[in-house]
Amino acid sequence: MSELLTGQPGETRLFLGNEAIVRGALEAGVALVATYPGTPSSEIGDRCYEISRQTDLYFEYSVNEKVALEVAAGAAASGWRSLCSMKHVGLNVAADTLMTLAYVGVKAGMVIVSADDPSLFSSQNEQDNRYYAKMAGLPMLEPSSPQEAKEMTRAAFALSEGLGLPVLLRTTTRINHTRGAVTLRELVSRSGPGIFAKEPFQKVMVPAVARLAHARLLESQARAAALAEDSLFNKVSGKGKWGIITSGVSANYVEDAVAELGLEDRVQVLKLGYTNPLPANLILKFLAPLERVLVVEELEPFLEEGVRALAQAQGLALPIQGKGPALFSRLYEYHPALVRQVAARYFGLPGKAAAPADPQKILGEPLPDRPPNLCPGCPHRAMYYSVKIALKDLGLEGVFPTDIGCYTLGLLPPLSMADFLICMGSSINTAAGISKATGQKVVAFIGDSTFFHAGLPGLVNAVHQGHDFLLVILDNGTTAMTGHQPHPGVTLTPPGFPCEHVPLKRVVQALGVTQLWVVNPLKYKETLAATKEAIGATGVRVIIAEAPCHLHVQRLKGRKSKARFRVTEACRDCRDCLDNFGCPAMQLNPGPEGGRMFIDTDLCSGCAFCVQWCEAIKPVKKEAVSSEQ
Amino acid sequence: MNMTENRKPKTENPIIRLRLFFTGVGGQGTLLASRVLGEAALEAGFSPLVSETHGMAQRGGIVVSTVVLGEVKSPIISPGEADVLLGFEALETFRALNYCHPKSLVIANTAAIPPYPVAIGQAKYPGVGRLMQLLAEQVGGVLAFDAGDRARRAGSPLAVNMVLLGALAASASLPFSDEDLRQVLRTRTNPKFLEANLLAFQSGVDAARAAKNWLKKPGAWH
Repeated sequence: MSELLTGQPGETRLFLGNEAIVRGALEAGVALVATYPGTPSSEIGDRCYEISRQTDLYFEYSVNEKVALEVAAGAAASGWRSLCSMKHVGLNVAADTLMTLAYVGVKAGMVIVSADDPSLFSSQNEQDNRYYAKMAGLPMLEPSSPQEAKEMTRAAFALSEGLGLPVLLRTTTRINHTRGAVTLRELVSRSGPGIFAKEPFQKVMVPAVARLAHARLLESQARAAALAEDSLFNKVSGKGKWGIITSGVSANYVEDAVAELGLEDRVQVLKLGYTNPLPANLILKFLAPLERVLVVEELEPFLEEGVRALAQAQGLALPIQGKGPALFSRLYEYHPALVRQVAARYFGLPGKAAAPADPQKILGEPLPDRPPNLCPGCPHRAMYYSVKIALKDLGLEGVFPTDIGCYTLGLLPPLSMADFLICMGSSINTAAGISKATGQKVVAFIGDSTFFHAGLPGLVNAVHQGHDFLLVILDNGTTAMTGHQPHPGVTLTPPGFPCEHVPLKRVVQALGVTQLWVVNPLKYKETLAATKEAIGATGVRVIIAEAPCHLHVQRLKGRKSKARFRVTEACRDCRDCLDNFGCPAMQLNPGPEGGRMFIDTDLCSGCAFCVQWCEAIKPVKKEAVSSEQ
Repeated sequence: MNMTENRKPKTENPIIRLRLFFTGVGGQGTLLASRVLGEAALEAGFSPLVSETHGMAQRGGIVVSTVVLGEVKSPIISPGEADVLLGFEALETFRALNYCHPKSLVIANTAAIPPYPVAIGQAKYPGVGRLMQLLAEQVGGVLAFDAGDRARRAGSPLAVNMVLLGALAASASLPFSDEDLRQVLRTRTNPKFLEANLLAFQSGVDAARAAKNWLKKPGAWH
């Protein structure tokens, strides 16, 4: 049974921030959780999936974040406490829902987790989603630790119910992916069947209803602000004439900086956890005795501008600063020493900043990079190879709009199969624009999960408009990048996973695509032939490249392919494998004449793709493989 | 900081601040190692924070995690502030040198995993001996040995993380004992691999007790 269920009240466990959020929701009696996976939020859904197999919690990996938010909103309108989690850019997908859901409101508590990603560890941008709370008029909580993540999630349900509004729980990567001591409370059982009370003139957002709903939303802001004033998540500590205002993970860097600089008697710290609407009275009372204030928050000056506006309205003239050339940047995440140094500078203290050792300088030569790479045996690489060779044989140069998933790693040489990427689903529509504007051969790539998430309208549009490009749907049967979550088209699911299979091929046909090829990308000859045909044709063409993620198969079935391959003496050193394929198992043995290719049998997955286009590669005899292992 | 004092019970020495930086390559088990250390710290009454890398970096790239314990609130470690660097791979250990300070203890696996640019002849892997020597000039102590070899000889080639944890436990840098870590392995890891993991862990303990593996003894602490 999940550790999130077995932990007893009063016990302290080491939980990941994401696990703490799940436990907090369970302690609030959450009945429904819906999500689309995305780093750094994915473990929230993964843990809820496990728990839904062991309890009566309803959980779904929805097809995208908008769908997830609406499923959760429907449940909350019917009296079920619901939680919806996503990465920051996922909230863009769900933003249409979010803005008007604030008008409609909720009956039972509803919590929306937005996991922001300062420093872009695994994202296409580092937008600051706190502005969504402000724009939508929703209360927002920002935890600074796993313990607080649990407490805030639990409290957010009650807050949501009290105000009749969903609550935004805004985290960042360092909260989601930090493990810390979390003390548990009682689990609360879920309510029985929900009841949807019909109130069409409150809940059907036609203009006449929405005008009134907007007024109601604005009225609720005063109540939300009053709750912020009294919230236990906003705390003042320290004493002195200087002030620091902070929130989220930065609050920890501030606490360490104050201790290490010995400023406990000179600086007061206002740590805000309830950050929308801002607690105006609390902030003004905090500012009143101070001479100068530093605002420490990652990304945008959300608190800084809010606090300054409050000070201006009150006629306070003390300096309130956060972002600036000598202060904090709007870029990237912060770290303890940075916050300590900026605080020391701002308050005119001697900073002790010895420059850390520079390994490259000490070595006196560049350190080799270690870029991530598609795994050996990855079907995406095989498909990329066929497209490369097909274009080469046809004497064409392609433009490659791509999408979000493992296959985005095709950006790196030697594959170099990615030219344009904005967000989920952008491959298809940007392909249309690029081909229209340039007349060039455009080959777009999208994964299966991403196709279901954001590709369907684009493909319908392309068919309807008569666009001219080839779309390759890289169907590896799972959402691989975020940890092998299922999606509507999956065929490989964890044991007992209940879902209807929506076949990709029939979906593509139903959207009106007539030029469709379905290939197994690990079968080279037929894939190459189909790819050449598809590239040569005009109009909307789709190739579905169907082969399961090698890692996923290994994990689900628990066995590895025993086949291994080697480069024989027949190798003529053409380096096609190095220059076009780039499998991590295919390496160059350093030697006097520029080296020889070999296959590292420990890394080789046995996919048998290279052996189909290189005559010098042969299988290793079975006995030889087992004696090596 | 005087690391030996860390071994006293928490009540006698309330201002422990210990920051450990783990670095390795995807698949080496760095995250499990940092988690086990965090669990042991929790059991021993310290309030640990373990920060992990998830997502894109795990596909054959560098995987970093950190453990801080004692009077530290920040979950991550700034450059120049790691007290202990636990390096799962030689090049990555050296790359993380900027996280060390002049008194840091480095525990390094000398086994190399060539990154892809090296494997295809586009870049050169620096000599491991030289990397370790240069490290030793910059930090307070270096314990360096082939953890891959020890894992293999202990019967589980994948247990490099257990070997390194054992070495860490026996390096006198933690405020709790190697037995505390073993206890976590017994209760919190997959029972199927327990026997093999304990053997690998013991091999790491032995490695830390062998004087020849100490490229530089951390005399400054004692």
